[in-house]
Amino acid sequence: MLKQKVQELMNEPGCATNQAKSAAEKKRGCGAKGLLPGAAAGGCAYDGAKIALQPITDAVHLVHGPLACEGNSWDSRNAASSGCTLYRRGFTTDLSELDIIHGGERKLYQAIRAAAERFWPPAIFVYQTCVTALIGDDVEAVCREASKRLGLPVIPVVAPGFAGSKNLGNRLGGEALLDHVIGTVEPEDAGPNDINILGEYNLAGELWQIRPLLDRLGIRVRACITGDSRYVEVASAHRARAAIMLCSQAMVTLARKMRERWEIPYVEGSFYGIQDTSDTLRGVVRLLVDRGADPDLLTRADALVAEEERRAWARLESFAPRLAGRKALLYTGGVKSWSVVSALKEIGMEVIGTSVRKSTSEDKERAKALLGEEGSTFDAIPNAEMYRMLKAGEADILLSGGRTQFVALKSRTPWLDINQERHHAYAGYDGMVELVRQIDLVLNNPVWAAVRRPDPWDADGRPLEAPSWL
Amino acid sequence: MALIVSLPKPLSVSPLKISAPLGGALAFMGLDGCLPLFHGAQGCTAFALVALVRHFREAIPLQTTAMDEITTILGGMDNVEQALLNITRRANPKVIGLLSTALTETRGEDMEGDLRVILGRNSELAGVAVVPATTPDYDGSLETGWSKAVEAMIRWLPQGPQVPQAEQVNILPGSHLTPGDIEELRAIVEDFGLEPVILPDLSGALDGHLPSGWVSTTLGGTSLERVGRMARSPLTIAIGEHMRGPAEVLRWRTGVPVLVLDRIIGLDPVDRLMVALANVSGRPVPLRYQRQRSQLIDAMLDGQFAFAGRRIALAGEPDLLWSMGRLVSEMGARVVAATTTAAAPFLAEFPAERVIVGDLDDLDEQITEAGGCDLLIANSNATQLAARRGLALFRVGFPVFDRLGVAQRASAGYRGTRDLIFTLAGALADAGSHLVTEHRHEHAQATAG
Repeated sequence: MLKQKVQELMNEPGCATNQAKSAAEKKRGCGAKGLLPGAAAGGCAYDGAKIALQPITDAVHLVHGPLACEGNSWDSRNAASSGCTLYRRGFTTDLSELDIIHGGERKLYQAIRAAAERFWPPAIFVYQTCVTALIGDDVEAVCREASKRLGLPVIPVVAPGFAGSKNLGNRLGGEALLDHVIGTVEPEDAGPNDINILGEYNLAGELWQIRPLLDRLGIRVRACITGDSRYVEVASAHRARAAIMLCSQAMVTLARKMRERWEIPYVEGSFYGIQDTSDTLRGVVRLLVDRGADPDLLTRADALVAEEERRAWARLESFAPRLAGRKALLYTGGVKSWSVVSALKEIGMEVIGTSVRKSTSEDKERAKALLGEEGSTFDAIPNAEMYRMLKAGEADILLSGGRTQFVALKSRTPWLDINQERHHAYAGYDGMVELVRQIDLVLNNPVWAAVRRPDPWDADGRPLEAPSWL
Repeated sequence: MALIVSLPKPLSVSPLKISAPLGGALAFMGLDGCLPLFHGAQGCTAFALVALVRHFREAIPLQTTAMDEITTILGGMDNVEQALLNITRRANPKVIGLLSTALTETRGEDMEGDLRVILGRNSELAGVAVVPATTPDYDGSLETGWSKAVEAMIRWLPQGPQVPQAEQVNILPGSHLTPGDIEELRAIVEDFGLEPVILPDLSGALDGHLPSGWVSTTLGGTSLERVGRMARSPLTIAIGEHMRGPAEVLRWRTGVPVLVLDRIIGLDPVDRLMVALANVSGRPVPLRYQRQRSQLIDAMLDGQFAFAGRRIALAGEPDLLWSMGRLVSEMGARVVAATTTAAAPFLAEFPAERVIVGDLDDLDEQITEAGGCDLLIANSNATQLAARRGLALFRVGFPVFDRLGVAQRASAGYRGTRDLIFTLAGALADAGSHLVTEHRHEHAQATAG
């Protein structure tokens, strides 16, 4: 069952990377190369599924497995909520040795009932893990039975960690929504300007940088899957008229299947970068108009985009004197590299290189064209090499994720988090200005001069200066 | 005297436990040139890695055997072999800590047997010490994994000849000691003219310092060479009840006598430490510590007003709970709610009515039953609970990801205890005056009645 699902997900017709592959490569599946023992990095499928679904803020997210899967990581994502906080609590069956010997199904049912009676959530998501998959706990059957007896949706999320990568888990999370959630509630207020946003998790509140733009166009977000969302919104997402698909690889299958099942067209876009934001807004507006929304929406979108772009560039320009000529190294797979590159270059910064991991071939080409002579694109830099580069002063700032944070800091180089653990929101027009503002704050902090002050003694600890008193 | 309550419940809400393999990995961070390796799915490693990075704000070396569905069914020996070879080629570590997880233990892997075969047929691995430890996630918590890993180090790492060396003492610190505590402890031992062999020594890699270059293993800690000299010491001092097991194994292996100190925070246990060190070294207690003892007593005299009658809610691993609970109650506060991760028998002596083995939700309930409290002492996972109740949270244990410097806080010794008393007194003062709380409490009771 799971195997079929994984095969199907590995062969996604909507995924550009997949389509560019040969038949043999396709068969090997995506994300396969990440699993080299002793040299692997990154999360598992369960991690990915949880990331994709946990921002449904009013639901209970219950992890069926031994402690580590939930205990080591609960409440560590920075997905913001505008109200409910239930999703931030950790729920787990915390299986003991005896539970594993006797089977965990009974305990799981009791746990579901306990959560239902205590918190009365609109739904409970139950996550399968490696150990419960290995001992053969039928999570789907328990959820079905619990759903019937307790009278609330109990949704099995079958993405045990060992099934594959985090990205696969994202997709399996999407499958759970398709199989059990989306289309189960009919909204009473469906309108011609309703859209879904897929693959936006409201990290650091980024959805709230997008929503006001849509509000001004009179576009309503029926469901954000799953950033800052409520269960009922996701359940009635099938009545949206169009969709924006972000974070392309993660939710592409969900977007395609929603198009097939409910005729919801989608535009693949990004809210990172000024041009991207404009393109994405125009794209979704066009889809809405095609489906019968007021054509006037196009004109209003053009006006909004023009005004916002002007405003954003004007604000960015003010940073130019402080940042022009400074050298940045980009190392990320998350935020689309080339869109950040274009903004940095616009204010006169030099981008000495950017990683193109997780980018599509189209993205790679765009990044290359933008970087021109002085920059280079690369897949991965070993930590030791990056440390050497930074120590040698080849870059003035590293923009990356948490994994390389200490490579920068230990070499006393300014560093800014642009990955998922970030605490600042970088989406939309305001987000790009915020990103540049943060670069300015980090790069021009006087602390760098202080921390680079060399030891005032030699290798043996002897002072380098003669006594200054007489 | 406390009643230890361990009620089986199907649903854990807001877990307090941290997985045993993570505790094991943490222990291996105290060996020099080490790279711990989880035998499990890649997520097992990823979650532990993120938790450790967030706590220490340091690069953490940690790898995975990357088990998938198929290797889980067929057996993970090939993955272990590949991982050991890959790590050795890429990072060239001196030690690899091989930790099992719930996944491989449920499957029933014979990890030690496999390892013997692997080491036998790979000459490439001759230069690296591989220490296997059995740490399934379904058994125990952070302290459990830590203590199992230290025991495995003692069992597997080679011991040199037993040439008695009087100026040396073994220290086996528990997981509740911070790198800052270890530094303080080392200074104390050295001031007696003794050389401490600390296993494991977190202050080498996780004290927050700048290495001279990029290192992909631990960048400090106890060297294998020093571990091999433990048999020469006249005494092993174990700190924390969960270190009794490893200390006994060391005694069984080397014949070195053992002193278990239940903690090193507080006047009485530090007195016992000083006396032990004076006896081993044959030297008097240095003047500096005579002075510090008097300073601590003065701090206790000044601080008792801040503590007397205040109501504390406490959550943590057994030995951490013990250390903190004993200190605040010795200062006159009352532990009105206590939650821990394992039914450790010694907690029967804990200064509270009950100790619940459970999660932060249990702690929440206890606080309600107790009619509220003045201060919450727990790890950062209690932030939500503290916010809901409007309580001040004093962060201790693991993980602490929303405050800087907790991993470097030194609470060991006379001076450390004094500083901790001052900090706690400040937190209690910020938490509001005792009189107001009592008034509120009576008011609440009156309303309820």
